[in-house]
Amino acid sequence: MKIINEMNLSFLSKSSNEGFARSVVASFVLNLDPTINELADIKTAVSEAVTNCIVHGYKMEHGVIYINGKITDSNKVIIKIRDKGCGIEDVEKAMEPLFTTAPEEERAGLGFAVMQSFMDNVKVSSKPLKGTTVTMEKTIIPRTK
Amino acid sequence: MVKTEYKNNTLTAYLSGEIDHNCAGSIRSQIDGQAENLHPGTLLLDFSKVSFMDSSGIGLIMGRYRTMALLGGNLKVVNVPERLQRIINLSGVGALGVLK
Repeated sequence: MKIINEMNLSFLSKSSNEGFARSVVASFVLNLDPTINELADIKTAVSEAVTNCIVHGYKMEHGVIYINGKITDSNKVIIKIRDKGCGIEDVEKAMEPLFTTAPEEERAGLGFAVMQSFMDNVKVSSKPLKGTTVTMEKTIIPRTK
Repeated sequence: MVKTEYKNNTLTAYLSGEIDHNCAGSIRSQIDGQAENLHPGTLLLDFSKVSFMDSSGIGLIMGRYRTMALLGGNLKVVNVPERLQRIINLSGVGALGVLK
């Protein structure tokens, strides 16, 4: 597996940047000629991960969110979304569908379930007080020309 | 974005554009403000013009279900485009019986 393209993006954890972040990742992936559904899946997963950084990682205070995107020669997109926020004590618990620590924000507790369902593979690594990294992969099915 | 219309005891909220965490809060307060003033028998959430939504849209539906339950009315979610079906199905909001 060889990396044939890569991008890095960092931005403030303002919720007005959620649309910006998912649009940038979508534009990056456009090189692979994804279907509308594949692109929507990636945008939705990125939106969930970035919202988690803002609402949970930085608890609505300002920090920096980092996105690294890679494309491999086997049409795989690898997206890493990282914050240096509070971290997650119990990753397994956080990933349970409907579990949320922000019900007053009307968070449905579906962020990780959406990422897992819309991407091929999702990994979460987190350390309390250090931050959280979500790594997601999705292979874009090549279309016959 | 949201535009509301009140007719025949029904408050309709026409949602449009991209629904994410950034805009969900203001949509929520606009709809709840109207609902609390008007006490409609039915709140209709119309998704026909929504181009994108993440789980914030699901939170919006679940929250309005609660708002309407508290006000003694009911919620209906209408015109969900094909592109939003996956997240709607995944969320299980169908179990609330609100999807029309």
